[in-house]
Amino acid sequence: MSGQFQRLAETNRPRLAITIDGEPAEALAGDTVLTALLAHTRRVRIAEFGGEPRAGFCLMGACQDCWVGLADGRRLRACTSFAEAGMALETTGMTLRGR
Amino acid sequence: MAAEPPVIVGTGPAGTRAAETLVRAGLRPIVIDEAPASGGQIYRRQPPGFTRADTEVYGFEADKATRLHRAFDGLADRIDYRPNTLVWSIRPDRMHLLRGGRVNELAFSHAIFATGAMDRVIPFPSWTLPGVFTLGGAQVALKYQGCAIGRRVVFLGTGPLLYLVAYQYARAGARVVAVLDTAPFAGKLAALPALLARPGMAAKGMFYLGWLRSRGVTVASGIRPVGVEGTDAVAGLVWRDDAGREHRTDCDAIALGFGLKAETQLADLAEVPFTWDNLQRQWLPERDGWGRTPVGGIYLAGDGAGILGADAAELTGERAALALLQDRGPGDHGQRVAAINAELDRHRRFRAGLEAAFPFPDDLARSTADDTILCRCEGVSAGELRRAASELGAGEVNRAKAFSRVGMGRCQGRVCGPAAAEILAAALGVPIEQAGRLRGQAPVKPLPMAAVLDTTQ
Repeated sequence: MSGQFQRLAETNRPRLAITIDGEPAEALAGDTVLTALLAHTRRVRIAEFGGEPRAGFCLMGACQDCWVGLADGRRLRACTSFAEAGMALETTGMTLRGR
Repeated sequence: MAAEPPVIVGTGPAGTRAAETLVRAGLRPIVIDEAPASGGQIYRRQPPGFTRADTEVYGFEADKATRLHRAFDGLADRIDYRPNTLVWSIRPDRMHLLRGGRVNELAFSHAIFATGAMDRVIPFPSWTLPGVFTLGGAQVALKYQGCAIGRRVVFLGTGPLLYLVAYQYARAGARVVAVLDTAPFAGKLAALPALLARPGMAAKGMFYLGWLRSRGVTVASGIRPVGVEGTDAVAGLVWRDDAGREHRTDCDAIALGFGLKAETQLADLAEVPFTWDNLQRQWLPERDGWGRTPVGGIYLAGDGAGILGADAAELTGERAALALLQDRGPGDHGQRVAAINAELDRHRRFRAGLEAAFPFPDDLARSTADDTILCRCEGVSAGELRRAASELGAGEVNRAKAFSRVGMGRCQGRVCGPAAAEILAAALGVPIEQAGRLRGQAPVKPLPMAAVLDTTQ
């Protein structure tokens, strides 16, 4: 699946190795977690109430729709957090088990 | 009241000019900002390591951005600058801050809130699908991350930003499929005389429109969105033109916005009274002709006190700082404030023109279908809000929130609030201002549990 975001500029930045739902992926230094995710996928999380995918909305820390889980149990607001090497991001919820 | 160093919240055009004015008067303000670098949303800076020139990032506004950034950087050793810091609560004598995952308190006597604005949106079927972002968010993706929100992007809503961001996208190499404006074309013509209060701005707007048209971008006025298509993400947009004909536009992203709404949570927590502003169709904190609120020591500047745009924000930032200096004395700043206010009159006339050219389509909000998600935080439909009014007797938005949870989610109604008020007013059959105002609550944004535990243990 291709990502939601399309990189148009600033692609000459150092590469960071991360994982998305256990799969290795590459982010660029200076990417927000949201950018790092949406460069590869079209989902940031699963909505708690409806179980449908969400991918953020406002990108400026206001709507709170992009809180994403990390494998270590933390949660981050993806649009205001920078991607770091080694981050293990989890976009799935229990509703997607086995899907 | 002890004269603590004045506090400025926000480092956009208003916060920057406020800080500069206080420093010029010999004070050393504490300047707090959620972002890692100054500039606010409009002049948001790229992260370290990005190399695009200001002219590439900010276009025609590059000079203003450069000047504002330089002005802020020039204050570095004369202010107590606290980036990456959230003010999450206000009490009469202190603010509660969150920085680096830890909370702490800041005693204060005087504060200027320059908290800016965000997009105002209206829900429509399947608007919560991945690929729908706010218009401002689409701009952030480009300016701050060098990304487009998709490969085939539709710009939907109304307001001058619709054309500006579409132009910026196309210039940066993104594929702009359509610019779909809910405002009718006739209203824009009628608004022209008022818009000529700022001829340069009006000319830029015409340029963006002409540029987009000349490159074959579909630009339509007087449209109505019908719904987003797609199962797990955006695959298309269905809309109706001004003659009522239905169209389907293939796209994988939609930038959505219907003007801006002031971020007023801190003023609210500081117990500043609010009044309904008919022109901007939103509740705004009360302030006088200097930016003073009725609450002693609290001043407002920039779009967080009502939408007037970035240039006006520089003026109201300076004005709020002068009001603070006037109140702390000695000295009289009346002459400069009168000059600022004379200049602001032009911005107000222009704003009235913009509101006429790009009116908020309240009819669209009011006709949100019962089964459309209204509150995206909690997944509550428009119909559930209507039932809070019709079956449970909620007579205003806060009671309706208690019954339906609309506005109770993590965003505290920032996103659904304007549409929810329209829907409720229509359901109750009352003027919009009688539907009430959603009250803000601390913390104004979610706090990590660990931040609070760290300091209480």
